[in-house]
Amino acid sequence: MTSQYPDTHPSSSALSDRRVVMNDVAIRRALMRIAHEILERCEDLERLYLVAIPNGGVPLARQLAANFKQIADVVVVVGILDTTLYRDDLKLKAERPLLRETEMPSAVDDRVVILVDDVMKTGRTIRAAMDALMDFGRPSSVQVVGLVDRGHRELPIKLDYVGKNVPTQAHELVRMSGQGGGLDGALEIVVMPGEPEISGGAQ
Amino acid sequence: MIGSDLLGIEDLDRADIERILDTAEHMREIGRRVVKKVPTLRGRTIVNLFFEPSTRTKASFEIAGKRLSADVINFSPSSSSLKKSESILDTARTLDAMDPDAVVVRHSVAGVPKQMADVLAAPVINAGDGAHEHPTQALLDLLTVKLEKGRIDGLSVAIVGDILHSRVARSNIYAFRKMGAEVCIAAPPPMIPAAVETLGVKAFTSLREAIEGADVVMALRIQSERLTGSYLPSVREYSATFGIDREKLKYAKEDVIVMHPGPVNRGVELSHDLTDHRPSVILDQVRNGVAIRMAVLYLFAGRRQEGEQRIDLGSGEGR
Repeated sequence: MTSQYPDTHPSSSALSDRRVVMNDVAIRRALMRIAHEILERCEDLERLYLVAIPNGGVPLARQLAANFKQIADVVVVVGILDTTLYRDDLKLKAERPLLRETEMPSAVDDRVVILVDDVMKTGRTIRAAMDALMDFGRPSSVQVVGLVDRGHRELPIKLDYVGKNVPTQAHELVRMSGQGGGLDGALEIVVMPGEPEISGGAQ
Repeated sequence: MIGSDLLGIEDLDRADIERILDTAEHMREIGRRVVKKVPTLRGRTIVNLFFEPSTRTKASFEIAGKRLSADVINFSPSSSSLKKSESILDTARTLDAMDPDAVVVRHSVAGVPKQMADVLAAPVINAGDGAHEHPTQALLDLLTVKLEKGRIDGLSVAIVGDILHSRVARSNIYAFRKMGAEVCIAAPPPMIPAAVETLGVKAFTSLREAIEGADVVMALRIQSERLTGSYLPSVREYSATFGIDREKLKYAKEDVIVMHPGPVNRGVELSHDLTDHRPSVILDQVRNGVAIRMAVLYLFAGRRQEGEQRIDLGSGEGR
């Protein structure tokens, strides 16, 4: 599918505090496994609907859709759902977060919605995403894919499909990034030291 | 960085304007949903304080607030008792005691929103003050042009009509200049403000010269009280000289769009045909107006104010 991606990132030695916990190959393998798991569990493939949480969820959902096509020759719709306007911490902030794209190409009624996010931490983003989803209709079920589960849950929310469990300190930052700085090309998941948080609730 | 009040386009820089337009583009999507509501400003109160009659702008702010789940209260004090600034400030203080999260103000006197902003703790959004500014109108016009043309930078915009008395014209001149467009104005000589060139526009008394090669032609509403008297000889003469029709539009670019802040005096500022059909985009402007006002309320209302205590219901430490 793609050329080999080196196991260690070239810049990881320059920034010693920055560690790559998943490279592009690992991410692709995890997404292939997750695609198989979803297909195994889903009784009616026609009803599958991938809903990506931007920005990180978008390339992952597209890859999952490509995997479904490859494995089972099914075309699964990919929607994009921004959760910003549903966040629970808006009133606590002096600055408004940037909005991101929402594009839901078909109704969610009676669909098996698979929410796709890159890094799962508190669970608050998924809570917001579920509220947003209900404004678009009534899915028959909602499942969640998280490429990385880093723990530190603050809400009773679980992942149905996990790429990798990565134990972290609460103040560390876990980010997915692409080759060009955006989310194009080869992806990787990086753990970086962050400012210690004053209070929980990072989304 | 976005300040606490939105009083005029003059106070904004290009990055602020871009932030508002970008936010509004995302807000448009909510208007296309079946459930046109997000919980963002739930439990927040927005006061629409319209000292001057307004149907469209008031409705637009009300819908915008409601789509963000805010409680919107319309307050239209009888204008007769509120001509003096002193009583306006009393009204402001009374309002302040009700702890609103934003106050949207329209007044026939320039500067009233600023006066209210000085008194009120809540953010003040100017919805039109005298002949000063109407920032949300200019923002929705920018958004409409951006969506039609894909850019604003480098476009040629002609604003036609009563520039002197128009807050829409003033806000749009600031707005389009800041975003890199070229702005020409055309009006009968008494309706061109003195030294208008200092705002970076070219002024013409001939419509043809102003709209020559224009990407956007914006007609302003002629207020009925100015249709007679010293400003204009007659309605017929105005519409013959400055009224936009398909014939006159031939001087503009082939893909020109025609805008109007509404309501249109049909057959005066725009021909009947142009009022209803492309290339006029009047109803798109209205639609974009709701998205712009949602963006403005999102960015200005219900934020944590400077110095405000952060509510902490937890144990405080060690979360």
